[in-house]
Amino acid sequence: MTDIGTQSESSFKVDDLIAQDIDAYLDQHQNKTMLRFITCGSVDDGKSTLIGRLLYDSKMIFEDQLDALESDSKKVGTQGEEIDFALLVDGLAAEREQGITIDVAYRFFATEKRKFIVADCPGHEQYTRNMVTGASTADLAIILVDARKGVLVQTRRHSYLCNLLGIKNIVLAVNKMDLVDYDQAKFDAIVSEYKEFAEEIGIEAFTAIPISGFKGDNVTTAPSETTPWYDGPSLMDHLETVELRSDLAASKPFRMPVQWVNRPNLDFRGFSGLIASGTVKPGDAIRVLPSGKTSNVRSIVTIDGDLDEAVAGQSVTLTLTDEIDCSRGDVIATSDDPPEAADQFESTIVWMDDEALLPGRAYFLKIGAQMVSATVSQPKYEVNINTMDQLAAKTLELNSIGVAELTTDRPIAFEAYEDSRAMGGFILIDKVTNATVAAGMLHFSLRRAQNVHWQATDVTREEHANLKNQTPKVLWFTGLSGSGKSTIANEVEKRLNLMNRHTFLLDGDNVRHGLNKDLGFTDADRVENIRRIGEVAKLMTDAGLIVLTAFISPFRAERQMVRAMLPDTEFIEVFVDTPLEVAEARDVKGLYKKARDGELKNFTGIDSPYEEPENAEIRVNTVEMSPQEAAKFIVDAIMPLK
Amino acid sequence: MTHLERLEAESIHIMREVVAEATNPVMLYSVGKDSSVMLHLARKAFYPSPPPFPMLHVASGWDFQALLDHRDWTVKEYNLELIVAQAEEANERGINPFDTGSALYSQTLLTDPLKAALTKHGFDAAFGGGRRDEEKARAKERIFSFRSASHRWDPKNQRPELWNIYNAKKAKGESIRVFPISNWTELDIWQYIMVENIKIVPLYFSSPRPTLERDGQLLVIDDERFRFEKGEEAVERSVRFRTLGCYPLTGAVESEATDMSKIIQEMLLATGSERQGRAIDKGESASMEDKKQEGYF
Repeated sequence: MTDIGTQSESSFKVDDLIAQDIDAYLDQHQNKTMLRFITCGSVDDGKSTLIGRLLYDSKMIFEDQLDALESDSKKVGTQGEEIDFALLVDGLAAEREQGITIDVAYRFFATEKRKFIVADCPGHEQYTRNMVTGASTADLAIILVDARKGVLVQTRRHSYLCNLLGIKNIVLAVNKMDLVDYDQAKFDAIVSEYKEFAEEIGIEAFTAIPISGFKGDNVTTAPSETTPWYDGPSLMDHLETVELRSDLAASKPFRMPVQWVNRPNLDFRGFSGLIASGTVKPGDAIRVLPSGKTSNVRSIVTIDGDLDEAVAGQSVTLTLTDEIDCSRGDVIATSDDPPEAADQFESTIVWMDDEALLPGRAYFLKIGAQMVSATVSQPKYEVNINTMDQLAAKTLELNSIGVAELTTDRPIAFEAYEDSRAMGGFILIDKVTNATVAAGMLHFSLRRAQNVHWQATDVTREEHANLKNQTPKVLWFTGLSGSGKSTIANEVEKRLNLMNRHTFLLDGDNVRHGLNKDLGFTDADRVENIRRIGEVAKLMTDAGLIVLTAFISPFRAERQMVRAMLPDTEFIEVFVDTPLEVAEARDVKGLYKKARDGELKNFTGIDSPYEEPENAEIRVNTVEMSPQEAAKFIVDAIMPLK
Repeated sequence: MTHLERLEAESIHIMREVVAEATNPVMLYSVGKDSSVMLHLARKAFYPSPPPFPMLHVASGWDFQALLDHRDWTVKEYNLELIVAQAEEANERGINPFDTGSALYSQTLLTDPLKAALTKHGFDAAFGGGRRDEEKARAKERIFSFRSASHRWDPKNQRPELWNIYNAKKAKGESIRVFPISNWTELDIWQYIMVENIKIVPLYFSSPRPTLERDGQLLVIDDERFRFEKGEEAVERSVRFRTLGCYPLTGAVESEATDMSKIIQEMLLATGSERQGRAIDKGESASMEDKKQEGYF
């Protein structure tokens, strides 16, 4: 038999109770609470060994698993003849061969007092994304430090991220004390060094515990014989008694994001959601955000009967006394202390995608059950998570963290992340790939939007249009350089002009001589270029014009952004479909040659992508049609135009 | 709130997100204890509406009769819509649990009919009862797990899940497998069944049943199709099941536990993990992961 250390005494007592009085045991266990925590550290810090130890000591490992563990330990273990607890928690096959955990893995164990969910997070810099993910749901973090090495760069990084994600309970577990002869001086030195750093980054308090995950010292019982000088709790004692975030949320004002409107028949209309904070009772006055409409709670409906009260953390269905407008994404809140609604924010953003942030591009933003369109400005700064220095940044790459302004296309109800994770944490989703590209935290609203009001004018866009006897439109020509956009757009405008239509042609090159002369050809500048053209085209449609635009506009997301600025039927995407070989062979302006020779960077089709439209309203093939034929085809297609 | 209340609230939240964002969800219903808990949660999540999705049962044709009876009772009792997926063709080709290797068997009788049913009905989200405590590969799977149009799982390309915000956006043809009870353990499941008084298949309770021992497993002879090998004979034993699969492939345990608290007692004092009784999970240690990539639940 290999050395598996000592099993904690308490678990033998538990066994007795299970065997002798199962009902008493179950009563006790039905009233357990739940704590979610994360462990931070690298493989070398003995993190997996510690988790394996916690699982083992709380009897979460069965004999068949232990047999498999013993045989695996001999095959691929790193502990010689001893059991390698790390093998219990390292999961996917490829990772196991490398001996590294490279993702977030969730583990479970329970004691008499609590159920625990452990997010096992890796310590390598490139996996910031995984650590942020694991920390987002954790109430507590165990920061592991190797007693021989002390506070390292990665210790600081982990602490910074845990603090950023709002974890208030930090445990500094000084591990491998057995390898420094349980030396109190070593422990004290590490604690005081960490304390200094923690204060710098705003960690108010932490609990330091000297342990050996491998031997078991101070893991389940304390003090271990080997550390008579230590008078704090064991790691397990601390985990079992630390205050839960969920208990704090109950004392805050009531908020519930509406997930789903429950409408089984015409007589019942309920609003289902998970209570983010506070308590709610029938009769309570509520306000729906962002609309601001008020009502009262009629009932809290469950399958087991109506409730007298519900608290933060519960999934419930509320009915209201009035038939007010309330749908998925809205927030029901206490009427005397509702959250703010805004559309511009300062936020911290953690970038999680291989493709970097494109300032100005529209992404989906999901917060609670609200899904809106949002753009991120150029970051104010990026944080170096090793030194905490603030660096200038134009964008955010994978695993970088920065502070930036965020604008949503309509107001959303929110609270500062520091006050409420549920009301202040959000994700960004790429509109084309659907990938979750970032996580973020709202800090406060920027009042600018509220102070610039929309000035209502008496002569409306309809009146402008009526006077011209036409329906305003934007004919958005997109295609490769040299595809014939400008030529065809010009032909179309000539035809419309002959038909007494009031038009204006915005040409890519021309606009870059004036309005957009400050912009270059990087991805970010291309996005801003299109945004400005979109705004100008929109103003012109307000004036009643039919606008023709001829821009490469290579990205779907930006064309979609302009489409979203305009009323439903006014944006007409015209795809000038010319294969790259054909456009390059034409090379009217000699640009392809320059790009091929490397004299021109970021040239669409050569070293910058062109994303073809998927559902363009009109598509013209310039290989088969002459510019005149294409123009006639387009005019015929839009001619139901008044 | 207790841990069970918290788990319940989380699972209900997940189910509501899926119903709000998917166009055509379905619940995979194996009739086992985890499925019974899922169904119970779904009834709570949408009450007074019925669960706004059908139940899909993949029947191999080698299911315990008691399980089918319980399924039919449940569907009637709660007025559910049931879809049964079955590989008639594979049965005709002679694929059976006695002669066919476990890989081919589970592929043709379980995985293929499941995929076919998902495609046929155009389901874009499927609730599954997978738990992260069951197996190492599951510990890392997301709650929302994306599948390509051919139902494959790519463990290297999963979206990060932060807080309780789930990204359910997907391209045409892609689908999501959603695991609302990811964070429950076997003990949580049993305790919840007890506290909520959820009806489960009687096979989970001990009773005298005709059995025989083969390759270290106790098999129950559920119908006349069972094939005896030379010298084998049915012996009556008091047994129950910790997990339910196809009857000729699922091992029972000897037990005297006839009520819920005794089952939990035995479980807590047990020395073997739950999936020990399943032939399909054995083999190379990463095999579950390979099956998941193929589309097995």
